[in-house]
Amino acid sequence: MREPDGSALGHLRICDFTGQLAGAGATKFLAAFGAQVIRIEDPTNDGRWDILRGGQPFKDERRGINLGGSFNNHNVEKLGITLNLRTERGKELLHELIKISDVVSENFAAGVFERLGLSYEELRTLKDNIIYVSNCGFGHSGPYVNYKTWGPVVQAVSGLTFSSGLPDQPSAGWGYSYMDHTGAYYMAMAILMALHHRNVTGEGQWVDMSCTEAGASLNGPALLDYTVNGRPLRREGSPNSNRNQFPSMAPHGIYEAEGDDNWIAISTRNEADWAALCRVAGTTWADDPRFAALADRLANEDDLDRRITDWTRHEERFALAERLQAEGVPATAVQRPGERVDHDADTEAWGLWPTVRQTEMGDVRVDGMPVHLSETDWKVERGAPCLGEHNDYVFGELLGVSNSELVSLKEEGVL
Amino acid sequence: MTAANASGAPGALADLRVVELSSERSAFAGKLLADMGADVILVEPREGDAMRGYEPFLEDEPGPERSLYFWHYNTSKRGITLDLETDAGREALRRLVATADVFLEAEDVGRLDALGIDAHSLRAGRPELITVSVAPFMRGGPREHEQTTDLTLLAGGGPAWSCGYDDHSLPPVRGGGNQGYQTGSHYAVMATLVALVSRDLTGQGQHIDVNMHAAQNVTTEAASYHWLVAEETVQRQTGRHAGVNPSGPSQVLCADGRYVNTGVPARRGRDYTQVIDWLKETALYDEFPGSAFLELGAQQDRLDLSQIATNPEVRETFGAGRDAMVLLAQNMSAYEFFEGAQQRGFQVGIIYSPEEVMEDRHFQARGFPTEVEHPDLGRSFTYPGAPYLFHGSPWQIQSRAPLLGEHTDAILEESGFAADEVAQLRAQQVV
Repeated sequence: MREPDGSALGHLRICDFTGQLAGAGATKFLAAFGAQVIRIEDPTNDGRWDILRGGQPFKDERRGINLGGSFNNHNVEKLGITLNLRTERGKELLHELIKISDVVSENFAAGVFERLGLSYEELRTLKDNIIYVSNCGFGHSGPYVNYKTWGPVVQAVSGLTFSSGLPDQPSAGWGYSYMDHTGAYYMAMAILMALHHRNVTGEGQWVDMSCTEAGASLNGPALLDYTVNGRPLRREGSPNSNRNQFPSMAPHGIYEAEGDDNWIAISTRNEADWAALCRVAGTTWADDPRFAALADRLANEDDLDRRITDWTRHEERFALAERLQAEGVPATAVQRPGERVDHDADTEAWGLWPTVRQTEMGDVRVDGMPVHLSETDWKVERGAPCLGEHNDYVFGELLGVSNSELVSLKEEGVL
Repeated sequence: MTAANASGAPGALADLRVVELSSERSAFAGKLLADMGADVILVEPREGDAMRGYEPFLEDEPGPERSLYFWHYNTSKRGITLDLETDAGREALRRLVATADVFLEAEDVGRLDALGIDAHSLRAGRPELITVSVAPFMRGGPREHEQTTDLTLLAGGGPAWSCGYDDHSLPPVRGGGNQGYQTGSHYAVMATLVALVSRDLTGQGQHIDVNMHAAQNVTTEAASYHWLVAEETVQRQTGRHAGVNPSGPSQVLCADGRYVNTGVPARRGRDYTQVIDWLKETALYDEFPGSAFLELGAQQDRLDLSQIATNPEVRETFGAGRDAMVLLAQNMSAYEFFEGAQQRGFQVGIIYSPEEVMEDRHFQARGFPTEVEHPDLGRSFTYPGAPYLFHGSPWQIQSRAPLLGEHTDAILEESGFAADEVAQLRAQQVV
């Protein structure tokens, strides 16, 4: 327990072995709210277990282990130390750190942490009410316990790749590691709920998180349609995830707009939206019996979508979205990254893209948080730690290692 | 009820009471809290929430108690009806919230302010209360009145730009399953828990604003940070990461008509040895044209991929590893390939449809499919299970979603309403 410092989580210390995004994203969230997250890296390979360390994108022509843009994005506000756990002194120092931590977090493959001598039972002997949260592809038990994953594999096995796509095409899936983000969200929730439980009962625990299970829990209505009604999502013409399954809406889709690779998304939730869309389009579609009621529009949806495309392909997408919104119809341009980052009034007003100062990179913008708390809001100012950047503070000040020992530990390769 | 809660211990949030105004935008947040033990009181209008009219329906027959959509998003909650358009209904809500730790709402922006029951009014005199407002955009911000659906949130907020096909005459794709709403709900829960852990220490509650559009924006991985760091724009590709530069295909059609994601190809010498052995076991080695390069790969400790653009031998060796996996996948069922490759140390995935996950032996062994009793129907149904296995304070579906107004009397009585007050609310058609 640390001294409270007025931030939401400033009284908490996390001994953090996470990496990539599936783990690092969780402790980033906690660090933004003030938790002292101490990231432990292996000095013998320059922390490259985290494949994002030193990787693209780069801010300028410089390259190096401390200059990776994605690593910086996922590790803001954390402290970084190096520790060689193959040495006896390294293990001792880790044990000392665990004794003064509230949480131990990791997203290694199952079994790795145990082989380091850090199973939950062993962690408990160091600190009785420790909270241990592990996060890997298939969890720490079951037939696939030794199978390895990364984001796209998690999405494939959990059903999320399949549920994203158009008819007569292979799965479109997710063009990024949606389940690295979302796995990190569940990991953050697990840590916080275990902390609350500890605050109430005094007891710690182990939370065994499997990213594929978290992913599989995200297709609820489609799953119940199968388990209750026997209707699988794998069937003729399904899925078509640009149309709406639950509830039915038509028109509902992503339509071509004027220009190169420009698109507009339009939803009509009810008859009022449909009538408004017809007004904006200046057409008599609403009078056509084939499009009169929702059931008619669903029955003739391909034809309806062709007519809408014939209209929208000649329209500038932002202007058309504005005209539809003025009539109360949900519509938006499909925004490119640069548009939503630099030309979106909402993300700008929110302060969604804070600039951090990273010791070697300098000033860089990163993903902020989509929540604001009235009393203890997040703060994202410090960039990701350089390799071993906080060794002197953590080992010297927190653990009381003398200056002379720090020097020799560095020379011996323990740090 | 489930393997996850075999211990019978209460969930991590068992001491928490939440009052949730029913909304499709925040229902998942309420479920996540309720399935961890919180007493979540779902407040619906007297006619029921719109979600009760959403497909799919039990046996495809519409009805307020038959929506599987409503069932899924409202497990473990208790239900009360209240007409918030009446003074008595609003007063009843204030009294209910006075018994709660958390108030969660996602009403159209401005509605609760106009009714005088917005989060800030409810917090007056209750500094320990945590209020959570989920909105499509920043409340009070320049886009606050724009209309949204799950589709438009994902399209405007970034995810859709990165999802779709190599063929850009096909539109960007919205990922299925309400992920836009669910991402907003994830952040609502994370922020609520931060406020709760803070309150454990200080006793002080606070207000939380959740911006759903912003939540999508920071759930796009490389798309955002490639722009933020280097002003580069990623382009969508079939079934794999959108990239600034194109990458090779990663989905392969297997012999049984299903697809796999071939994951990360061979890079280390021992990976190449595994591929060669597997090709020989399946009698594909002789017909594979790149065998010589596989043998070359097997002789090295690790392929130096930094040379891939400049050294043809590295390029050919890497390509042979990838092509060999494609040939293997094409010659067996998707499941055989998934198991065979994983057992040889390759990160590959079978592309399951959601329902196939429920039939998979690993998910079954971990207790993922969860039976939930529906006593009113005299049946139980299988629901998706725990996203995390808490060993000390488990996840658990406490009960099926509430029937309309099912717990109105009980909740009012617990909250200090006398029997005649409840009767009066009924007579006035407030509940």
